[in-house]
Amino acid sequence: MSSDVRFTDFKSDKQPTWCPGCGDFGTMNGMMKALAETGNDPDNTFVVAGIGCSGKIGTYMHSYALHGVHGRALPVGTGVKLANPDLEVMVAGGDGDGYSIGAGHFVHAVRRNVDMTYVVMDNRIYGLTKGQASPTSREDFETSTTPEGPKQPPVNPLALALSAGGSFIAQSFSTDAQRHTEIVQKAIEHDGFGFVNVFSPCVTFNDVDTYDYFRDSIVDLADEDYDPTDREAAKERILDADKEYQGILYQNEESVPYSDLHGLDSNMADIPDGAPENATDLVREFY
Amino acid sequence: MPDDLNWAIGGEAGDGIDSTGKIFAQALSRAGRHVFTSKDFASRIRGGYTAYKIRSAVDRVESVVDRLDILVALTERTIHENEDELHDGSVIIYDGERTEMEDVEIPEGVIGLSVPLKRLAEEAGGAIMQNIVALGAACEVTNFPIENLDSALEKKFGSKGESIVGNNKEAARKGQEYVDEEYDHEFDYDLDTTDNDYVLLNGDEAIGMGAIAAGCRFYAGYPITPATDVMEYLTGRIEQYGGEVVQAEDELSAINMALGAARAGARAMTATSGPGIDLMTETFGLVATSETPLVIADVMRSGPSTGMPTKQEQGDLNMTLYGGHGEVPRFVVAPTNIAECFHRTVEAFNLAEKYQIPVFLLADLSLAVTEQTFEPEEFDMDAVEVDRGKIVDDDEVEAWTDEKDRFQPHFPTADGVSPRALPGTTNAAHMSTGLEHNSLGRRTEDTDVRVEQVDKRNRKVDTARENEEFDVREFGDSDSDNLVISWGSNEGAMREALDYLDEEGVDVRFLSVPYIFPRPDLGDEIEAADEVIVVECNEQGQFADLLEHDALARLKRVNKYNGVRFKADELAEDIQAALEAEEVTA
Repeated sequence: MSSDVRFTDFKSDKQPTWCPGCGDFGTMNGMMKALAETGNDPDNTFVVAGIGCSGKIGTYMHSYALHGVHGRALPVGTGVKLANPDLEVMVAGGDGDGYSIGAGHFVHAVRRNVDMTYVVMDNRIYGLTKGQASPTSREDFETSTTPEGPKQPPVNPLALALSAGGSFIAQSFSTDAQRHTEIVQKAIEHDGFGFVNVFSPCVTFNDVDTYDYFRDSIVDLADEDYDPTDREAAKERILDADKEYQGILYQNEESVPYSDLHGLDSNMADIPDGAPENATDLVREFY
Repeated sequence: MPDDLNWAIGGEAGDGIDSTGKIFAQALSRAGRHVFTSKDFASRIRGGYTAYKIRSAVDRVESVVDRLDILVALTERTIHENEDELHDGSVIIYDGERTEMEDVEIPEGVIGLSVPLKRLAEEAGGAIMQNIVALGAACEVTNFPIENLDSALEKKFGSKGESIVGNNKEAARKGQEYVDEEYDHEFDYDLDTTDNDYVLLNGDEAIGMGAIAAGCRFYAGYPITPATDVMEYLTGRIEQYGGEVVQAEDELSAINMALGAARAGARAMTATSGPGIDLMTETFGLVATSETPLVIADVMRSGPSTGMPTKQEQGDLNMTLYGGHGEVPRFVVAPTNIAECFHRTVEAFNLAEKYQIPVFLLADLSLAVTEQTFEPEEFDMDAVEVDRGKIVDDDEVEAWTDEKDRFQPHFPTADGVSPRALPGTTNAAHMSTGLEHNSLGRRTEDTDVRVEQVDKRNRKVDTARENEEFDVREFGDSDSDNLVISWGSNEGAMREALDYLDEEGVDVRFLSVPYIFPRPDLGDEIEAADEVIVVECNEQGQFADLLEHDALARLKRVNKYNGVRFKADELAEDIQAALEAEEVTA
């Protein structure tokens, strides 16, 4: 890794087609800065993107990347990281990708605690399909498929992560560049599954969870005397449906990532030209 | 036909049927006899009839038969379940001291040997060894040197300490002595032994061993009958070679984890059965269009839906050939016996990397649950070759960059196979996607690029057809006018069927096909035969349909796949061009 990597090195020459003003611009910029700040470069970075507006990020960033099947980004990231622990793996997707079609994987990825970063660009709406309710949409949020609102409580991703044994649970606001970058950076540095839910407003289809709304309602934990290692305090805040927090809500400083628990430290791509040296032992076992 | 012994132990699931059967199979193998086993079982942990059957001979055995010479019956039902296979002189070993077995009726002509299995086991140290007492009794009935059983017991219980091994040996001897002392009968069986050393393994184990040999280091899976043994085999072993087994939350995740590992450069695989293949189908297209090498084993069982999870069927052929929306290039390889499970697995990994394509390994329950003896040389590790295809290193990257120095992972080469830069390679960072993409791996809807990429991916199939030997395995009388063709696991039964047919004066040429796609062209062989019969373990004849399709007169084709619908004027031109074309191109 070279020390002179700039965050723009992570930018591809492809111009984003996100709507002007989309929160995803800020989310992505923060990710690129955090990657550069943590000493990574495009050649050792692997971005896995989901499907949706957010999924385009794999194209707009410059790194190794796979833009996969809707909802399955976390399993792909898991495979990449376990196969080559030297890679910096960053998984990015939207609220639909992560908390609806991929909700099952989210819970298990949290439990598995593989050392990678998961950034969810949460705009509380389905943007790419032009404005349907998402799993984080409000109960009374009227959309084309929910004319009277979903009439179901939104998913609380932070609570899901905490109950699944999450070791790093954070939330940020895409337009608060400095804090967002700092939080993603901490997630990268965390030994284990670094999860950041990012408020990434959709300016086209969501007129409720807007920049103004978040600006007015966000409570930044940095402004409080808050100890992110205190799980009880985290629980209290995460379950408080009335507030939108920014910051690291919980971090387990004792976190041991999957690879360490399982003794994985080599690049699985390195294999011999033939069967492994002592492979005949495998045959002998069957005598 | 081999001078064989057909032996079985049956009882309730949970009675230790499987492990007891395996011990006896091991003993026979240790004695230099060939063994072929099968299981009747229900997918319940306890309750329900289950049986482990062994066919054993000095010569190689390849199949089960409908005949049973010795039956260890732990339940009355076991006798009823097997009544049709018993014959004059068959022997049933059972514990007549157990109240539920007191009044069992022994079929006419069959010899019932009541042996107090439980009491003798208790005398040897514990009722848990009653099945071992039965094995000792079986040794006496077959005049089989009990030292071979000792050796199998040492292998099975050695890790549990000498006294456990000793107790089991003692239990076996009590069974042997009881039959010797209490029954004055001359039995029809006398098992020869040889000095040959054999290995005894099942198809799932052979797949797992092949995977490690081929350099597979990452396995993700979700437990499912009858593929779980692949995962269980790899667990604890692949780690010794720097690999890892991950139990995923479902098959959707399993295939995507394996895909991720493969993108990172590991040789990766997953294994499942029908219901899991249904879920994995979601990702087939991504694997194929992102041109990621991946091996997916489908160990088939009876479908559809949950079907008969512990029963045999070759019903997923069409699924693996055609599964997934859109047109997904993939290879399908179907091992024809247990040793072939090893060899075809090694080959599958090479094909996957050489052609950067998903490769299905289509095995089935009959291979997975059968333990068979082989000469160890059949698994020659020195002969394993690893061909990783077109992986480029740091110095080779430049040759594959565009005018803006961007690496082109989907460059449309003449053979269809593009350069592959593993993550970590300098100046080769690139993406890929399930969206149609250009040579950079970036999304495109450009009609020309779309066609270029579709053609490029399909060219890999043509290249493989040219460069690989997708041969058939031939048996029987090559001059016969009667041609039998089968695929996958039917080979063993069909090979032995040839002997039966020969006795009846029927000659047959038998072609066993391990390659479903790309597959050998059997046009000439089919043409040359008077009668062609396709044998497969399914109702619809899925492989027969394929061969009939291959044998059809070729039709002229007009195809369009650039993303734009047919337009009338253009279509008229295409039709005219097709009419004027001399040759059928497809």
